[in-house]
Amino acid sequence: MAKHEYAFYPGCSSQKGASASNYLTSVESMCKTLDVKLTEIPDWNCCGASIGYAEAGELPRHVLNARNFALSEQHLPGQEIVATCAACWLGARETRERLTHSDTLMADTREALKEAGLTINEMPNVRHMVEVLIEDLGFEEMAKHVVRPLEGVKIAGYVGCQTNRPFGVAGESFENPVYLDKMVEMVGAESIPEYEQKVTCCGGALAFSEPEKAQAQIKDIVESAYDHGADMIVTPCPLCQANVEIYQGQINKRYGTKFDIPVMYYSQLMVVAYGGSAKDAALNGQVIKARRLEEIAAKPVKR
Amino acid sequence: MADIKVAAYICKGCGLGERLDTDALVKTAQKDGKVPLAKSHEFLCNADGVAMIKNDIANEGVTHIMIGACSRRAKTEAFHFPEHAVARANLREGVVWIRPDTEEARETTQEMAEDYIRMGCAEVKAMTAPAGNLNTGGSKTLLVVGGGVTGMTTAIEASKTGYPVVLVEKSGALGGWAGKLYKRTPVHEPYKSPADTGVADLVSQVQADSNIKVYLNATIAKTDGAPGRFVVDVATESGATHTEDIGAIVQATGFTLYDMNKLPELGGGKSPNVVDQAGLEALAAAAAEGDGVIRRPSDGQPVKSVVFVQCAGQRDTTGQHLSYCSGFCCNASIKQAMYFKDTNPAVDTTIIYTDLRTPGNGEDFYRSAQEKGVIFTKGKVAEVLPTGNTSTVKFNDLILGDTDAAMVDVDLVVLATGQVANSGINIDALAATAEEEGAVEVKPISILNLTYRQGKDVPQLKQGFTDSHFICFPYETRRTGIYTAGPVRRPMDIAQAREDATGAALKAIQALENAELGRAAHPRSGDLSFPKVRLEGCTQCKRCTVECPFGAIDEDEKRFPVFNESRCRRCGTCMGACPVRVISFENYSVNTVGAQIKAVDIPDEFSEKPRILILACENDAYPALDMAGMNRIEYSAYVRTIPVRCLGSVNTIWITDALNAGYDGVMLMGCKSGDEYQCHFVKGSELGRTRLSKIDDTLKTLNLESERVRDLEVAITDIERLPEMINKYAAELVAVGPSPFKGF
Amino acid sequence: MSANTAVAEKYRNNFLKEIEEQVEMGDWVKMCMQCGVCSGSCPTNFQSAWEHPPQELFMMIRAGKREEVLTSSSMWNCTSCYNCIVRCPRKLPITHIMHGIAEYAHRLGMAPKMQPTRFFSGLFWKNCTHTGRVNELKLSMGLYFKDGFVQGIKNGMAMQSVALGLVKAKRLNVMELFGGHKCKDQKGVHAMLKKAYEIERSRKTAKMAG
Ligand code: SF4
Ligand code: SF4
Ligand code: SF4
Ligand code: SF4
Ligand code: SF4
Ligand code: SF4
Repeated sequence: MAKHEYAFYPGCSSQKGASASNYLTSVESMCKTLDVKLTEIPDWNCCGASIGYAEAGELPRHVLNARNFALSEQHLPGQEIVATCAACWLGARETRERLTHSDTLMADTREALKEAGLTINEMPNVRHMVEVLIEDLGFEEMAKHVVRPLEGVKIAGYVGCQTNRPFGVAGESFENPVYLDKMVEMVGAESIPEYEQKVTCCGGALAFSEPEKAQAQIKDIVESAYDHGADMIVTPCPLCQANVEIYQGQINKRYGTKFDIPVMYYSQLMVVAYGGSAKDAALNGQVIKARRLEEIAAKPVKR
Repeated sequence: MADIKVAAYICKGCGLGERLDTDALVKTAQKDGKVPLAKSHEFLCNADGVAMIKNDIANEGVTHIMIGACSRRAKTEAFHFPEHAVARANLREGVVWIRPDTEEARETTQEMAEDYIRMGCAEVKAMTAPAGNLNTGGSKTLLVVGGGVTGMTTAIEASKTGYPVVLVEKSGALGGWAGKLYKRTPVHEPYKSPADTGVADLVSQVQADSNIKVYLNATIAKTDGAPGRFVVDVATESGATHTEDIGAIVQATGFTLYDMNKLPELGGGKSPNVVDQAGLEALAAAAAEGDGVIRRPSDGQPVKSVVFVQCAGQRDTTGQHLSYCSGFCCNASIKQAMYFKDTNPAVDTTIIYTDLRTPGNGEDFYRSAQEKGVIFTKGKVAEVLPTGNTSTVKFNDLILGDTDAAMVDVDLVVLATGQVANSGINIDALAATAEEEGAVEVKPISILNLTYRQGKDVPQLKQGFTDSHFICFPYETRRTGIYTAGPVRRPMDIAQAREDATGAALKAIQALENAELGRAAHPRSGDLSFPKVRLEGCTQCKRCTVECPFGAIDEDEKRFPVFNESRCRRCGTCMGACPVRVISFENYSVNTVGAQIKAVDIPDEFSEKPRILILACENDAYPALDMAGMNRIEYSAYVRTIPVRCLGSVNTIWITDALNAGYDGVMLMGCKSGDEYQCHFVKGSELGRTRLSKIDDTLKTLNLESERVRDLEVAITDIERLPEMINKYAAELVAVGPSPFKGF
Repeated sequence: MSANTAVAEKYRNNFLKEIEEQVEMGDWVKMCMQCGVCSGSCPTNFQSAWEHPPQELFMMIRAGKREEVLTSSSMWNCTSCYNCIVRCPRKLPITHIMHGIAEYAHRLGMAPKMQPTRFFSGLFWKNCTHTGRVNELKLSMGLYFKDGFVQGIKNGMAMQSVALGLVKAKRLNVMELFGGHKCKDQKGVHAMLKKAYEIERSRKTAKMAG
């Protein structure tokens, strides 16, 4: 029996071959070390991420999430749902709040679910991976497993929007959350608490549809990390990771900058610090290679 | 001055003993201060020290006490000898705490302390213990003028406290403005809907109270006397006059709405369908009597759309209308919009505002209106054009940037005009016009008809509201024993007016109690001294009668000043004003200060030790200096500070004397004057400054530089700034060079 | 009568009421106190292209500017950053209102046709509900080809470097074009969503009738 067990909702972007597949790989390694067991919800569907709003309407959006809740309840009774993607977590949590607060919405949802042969009896808790790490395990427990501190690496903790607002991690402020900085310190790297773009929006889905707008924002985020002497950026959100990483080339063209800064997931940092290989940490999944981490990952582990 | 025996006590506690040569100070008191008895004590304010002083009073016949210890503001209870003259030399806050504890500084610090001992001894000799005013009255009845919410609340509160009340109302019914309202802004949870005005309840409480005597259809024909012994003639409709003995007065005469006829561009007076807030209250009250539907005045059709124009004729920057915000009208419009929404949600109600000012729980009320569907539009209304049974409201939409926005087919337009105080005659304007044109134009009718030399009503501030020290003493007018409360004092709503009423009632009670004991009201509350005039020397120049900020001085038939001690606040402005210096207090006079100025040892011009005299207002500047000491902020050892009651009490002779004696400079520290004054005696610092502005001529005749006298506006918070200013001035004076009068 | 004219008829000049009844979280619009905190917090407001920040949109609704609001591109520029939501002193669910207005404008067919985010949004929804999961490649291709074939090639070329990077990092799978991820119970998903739409539409219609 693992120490902690959860129903896992990976979300579309974390699937194999999708934009956040490196996230999934590193989370899996991380969970192994921490003795956390994630069981994928069988046949889960897309959360409907907030950008689908044009067609979605209210009920269909909630129904999509509710289907996942129902499947979880059916196959993994009693387990809390954990998501790694910020948008998935947010969407699911929002559905949870709305359904809990509106009997009509709940009834309508049940009726629609019936069409798929499903039902909800109990509203599950929906947690983000970061919440699980901080609240269920705690920094002390996480730190115990560090065998290869990321010494000398300076990392800007970019929290972004959706793990932070509107729900956020308990006890953190919307304007200046510090948990990522604490994680950076925890893996033995140097944090940048004064990194002022830590909650700036990366442009979200606008990065696809209206790149010039999103890229202006991304530019600020990267520029400030450079200003503070960061070697890399770390984030808890797949969309943040992708947006901040993959458009740097285009931004360089647009603004004449020379951006080339790796953007990592917290889980990748943890895997390397826990003694995992570059492969375990999915470092090969970076569009901008994280050389410093690769070097560290190649070093032997101090035991 | 018969048998006075002075004793000086030097304290060694609080580090004074270590920092100063107290034996030398005792000698200074004996030799220079010429006191027969001088002692030091380890810890003067402890039981033993105080017992020592008491013993000397009892057994040595000591009548005058000089205490060289801490500031006069400290240990007042230990050193409380009401039967005796007491002076304090401030060795702690004024000397050791503001000087560095270094060997080099020791000499100048000691010199400073010695001077303060000399000054204290000189001062106490020039004093006598105040005997108290005997010309007092003992009436405990409160007169309340105005039978609105404020007046009724004052009456009820005073009566509950045990004081009889005479309530005079000029109309035929109690209730005032609030009595004409359909409903009021809520003051209780959940602040969501208009509430009952509560006026009926107040009226019945007043009527049921045998301690409250009500005159309806009545006015004040004459107010004579002083606190504790006012004699008031109440004139009733029938022509009869009733005379009442009154201890103190609360004027709660309320306000009148700004006349909307002055706003023709907003449709004021142009159509029956454009009303002010009073007009809407009447429509709502009439509707409530009938089917509940508010109707358009022009044709009686139900109102389907109504627009509220906020700040109509208010917050005006052109100088044509009211420049201030009346504070109550945003909530009032919200309330009135609810009159419509609560009966028929389909009525379109729009409030056009530039800023919505709904402080406190008004926020909840505002939200409630939003929930009820009242539309709030941020904009400035330019024009209301009534045509037929509807109007067009043209406005500048400040959010959408649409300068030509308009609402058409509006059934009813409500103008939120403001409060204009019913404060009676503006006596200052009267005086000014009288001077200019020799003729007086028609003025509003007097409310109090005071027989005071300075005018029939209480003085007003710039907006026509009655003048009071807004921050510290909000209810006290510039006529002791007369208080104003409610919208006559400043614009306000019912809740605030009720609070005001309670405050003013308590203040008025305090005033009549003090008056009976012959004691001053604030800010020198409890003071038993009062101005005494040596009429033999008086030249009938009238300066004192004109300048007294509190109208305390009348004139007799021979134009000699007549002091009404109970009206006096003991500011000393009259004393500062008197050119022949015949006005004095027993414990504060031209002599008590003059003697201190002369007692200072002035080193010769070669010593390079300048002397600066500081005359510091005891209300703000002196405490600020004390606090600088408490914070151990250092300043020049060359200053010698004398507290004064008010800048207004500074007689120019002190300055001339100081300059003649060889002081290198004089600093005057007083509160801010002007419209935004901070002076505790309202006009004192202003009058003092006017007087001192003429000092330049004196300097010229003495052939002295204008830098020799410096006037400083000081607030009690200037704890860090004051020492800076002092040091800066001391440095400037070094540049100017020593006074040529030294050694003469 | 088109959907648009039908509602316009029903609500006449009471656009606020229309929004309250037809838009998700629309009944909050009246509670805005026009403080402007949302506008000042909105990342896209700091760029030139944005027509109306939330505060202004809400005022326009109250001023009855139906046409201007529903045809505006503003709602579509929202990045769902939730900055406004956590800062609004009146606790308006601004992000959701923005999405709600967008959805309504889209429902009425009034939203700007070629607004890229609108297009993407619809695409996203179709994409994810079609199979139950998002196919990122089809999603991008769809977006780039929205203005036709030639423009699509151009757009695709512009993004080529980005896409290539992702392919190399094994984060964009070219094979997705031919199948890719999906739910097993697609039929169930479709049936469920169809029902949800039915219920939602009937509720909105009921409001219009009532
Ligand atoms: S408080 Fe005043 S009287 Fe008491 S010991 Fe200190 S200086 Fe002396
Ligand atoms: S309370 Fe409101 S309407 Fe009245 S003056 Fe002030 S801002 Fe204007
Ligand atoms: S000027 Fe001051 S001290 Fe003199 S009578 Fe008036 S109130 Fe009293
Ligand atoms: S100021 Fe002095 S001289 Fe003049 S009237 Fe008053 S008391 Fe007399
Ligand atoms: S922050 Fe909220 S209250 Fe303020 S303008 Fe925006 S929506 Fe309105
Ligand atoms: S959620 Fe949308 S409207 Fe709100 S601040 Fe972010 S981008 Fe602007």
